[in-house]
Amino acid sequence: MTLRTPFKTAVLVLIWGWMLLFVLVPNLLVIATSFLSRDDVHFVRWDLTLGNYLRLFAPDYVAVFVHSGYMALVTTLLCLLIGYPFAYVVSRFRATLKPYLVFLVIVPFWTNSLVRTYAMKLLLSTNGLINQALLWLGWIDAPLRMLYTEGAVIAGLVYVLLPFMILPLYAIFEQLRADLLEASADLGAGGWQTFRRVVLPLTMPGIIAGCLLVLLPAIGMFYVADVLGGAKNLLIGNVIKNQFLDARDWPFGAAASLLLTLAMGILLYAYYLSVKLIRRPETHAALA
Amino acid sequence: MLRWLKLTYLWLVYLLLYLPIGVLVVFSFNASKNPYSWGGFSWHWYARLWENEALIGAAVNSLLLAVSAASATTLIGTLTAIALQRYRFRGKRVLNGMLFVVMMSPDIVLAISLLALFILLGIQLGFVSLLLAHITFCLPFVVVTVYSRLSGFNPQILEAARDLGASELRTILSVLLPIIFPAVMAGWLLGFTLSLDDVVVSMFVTGPTFEVLPLRIYSMVRLGLKPEVNALAAVLLALSLVALLGSQILLLRKKGVPI
Repeated sequence: MTLRTPFKTAVLVLIWGWMLLFVLVPNLLVIATSFLSRDDVHFVRWDLTLGNYLRLFAPDYVAVFVHSGYMALVTTLLCLLIGYPFAYVVSRFRATLKPYLVFLVIVPFWTNSLVRTYAMKLLLSTNGLINQALLWLGWIDAPLRMLYTEGAVIAGLVYVLLPFMILPLYAIFEQLRADLLEASADLGAGGWQTFRRVVLPLTMPGIIAGCLLVLLPAIGMFYVADVLGGAKNLLIGNVIKNQFLDARDWPFGAAASLLLTLAMGILLYAYYLSVKLIRRPETHAALA
Repeated sequence: MLRWLKLTYLWLVYLLLYLPIGVLVVFSFNASKNPYSWGGFSWHWYARLWENEALIGAAVNSLLLAVSAASATTLIGTLTAIALQRYRFRGKRVLNGMLFVVMMSPDIVLAISLLALFILLGIQLGFVSLLLAHITFCLPFVVVTVYSRLSGFNPQILEAARDLGASELRTILSVLLPIIFPAVMAGWLLGFTLSLDDVVVSMFVTGPTFEVLPLRIYSMVRLGLKPEVNALAAVLLALSLVALLGSQILLLRKKGVPI
């Protein structure tokens, strides 16, 4: 509808105004800040520099970024390995039960993630339930030190982010038609071949969407690393937070944040390309 | 055999999702001061929670913020979804893209960009800055929720209203809004939950005058384990469960699949 009404004009002005003021301008500010110098009084000083970006390549920071990226990747892989078969099993359940099974996944998704991180701390601590159970079973003689390790951060991230992986995967499995699997079997494909050549390509958009939804927050959720990881297991999010709130070095924090945004942009572009590829007419015909 | 394997797997994953929360809730009724050993049933920690004035104050602030943010977001988000679905306008794809980027951005990136804006504009950090920030990050989620409902019904109903002489505003208020109302309410509940759940953005744009609950919890759990937090967590869990049930009932009334 191309009509012009006062209502339409008002709505468009409101939303465009909001997006420009609270999304576009702030992001431009961060970009600008990343090229300025720090100042203890006014946060930034008008001295143009590339120094903030150069400092990102200092060995200390590179080590943190690599470690953070590694923990985020392991988290994503674990979520995929746990979530993929799970989403499949749920999607093949009786239609009357499915909404309840999905509901049980959404409950944690809606539960305060800080509270869930704290719950993980309770389980993993030296006197926590897991250690108590292992001692009781006689599998260990002394409590394991699980808290404040890399493993604890990964466990926390997996626990908090797993629903973000399961939900898009479930949505895509719901669209997967059973007759395609039958056709594949009729044409003589075994279970593995059907999986690799039919199921996997058709569920790829869900896999990529789920991985993005896990990977992106996993880099930034500084409070998970704070509560479970101690001082040694930092995420990029912790670095940015420390620069802004503790060290008060805004330009460097802004540069680190832009690095994160850049990584996000590349991942989103890859997602866009893969969706476009998958939605080619011939694949579309197979899905429809 | 395979069926048995599938069921076991299903329950294992549910166990993983629920064991930590379950332990937390059970131990919120623990009479013992030791957070690891069971000392019998008690409401002790809930009473302690009730007496903690700073905590109650932060909780009231958070609820106030979540209700305001959810209401404002629902208003703006619903209007945006209607505009995106009904009108053709320049830059529609750009707007869609911007909403998508906000939805996918790591919270921390959004947080520092808004902090920079508020400092530049001289907006005092406190309720107003929190509200503006929360509306911004909730917006795409409300738009998506309402939009999916809008694309799911017969547009001829609206044409009929137009043919019968209703103005654009009248059509939207008396015909469109009642149809999409469940999704609008579901969007409100989602915004409410997102706002109440947020740690990252709040940590950056909050000021000393307005303390919110997630940040209070954060400072409590960062260093040690506090049994009061268990009780608080159980209360928050119950609250999100109510919000979620409400939204599911609203969304499921017509359609068979949850969000």
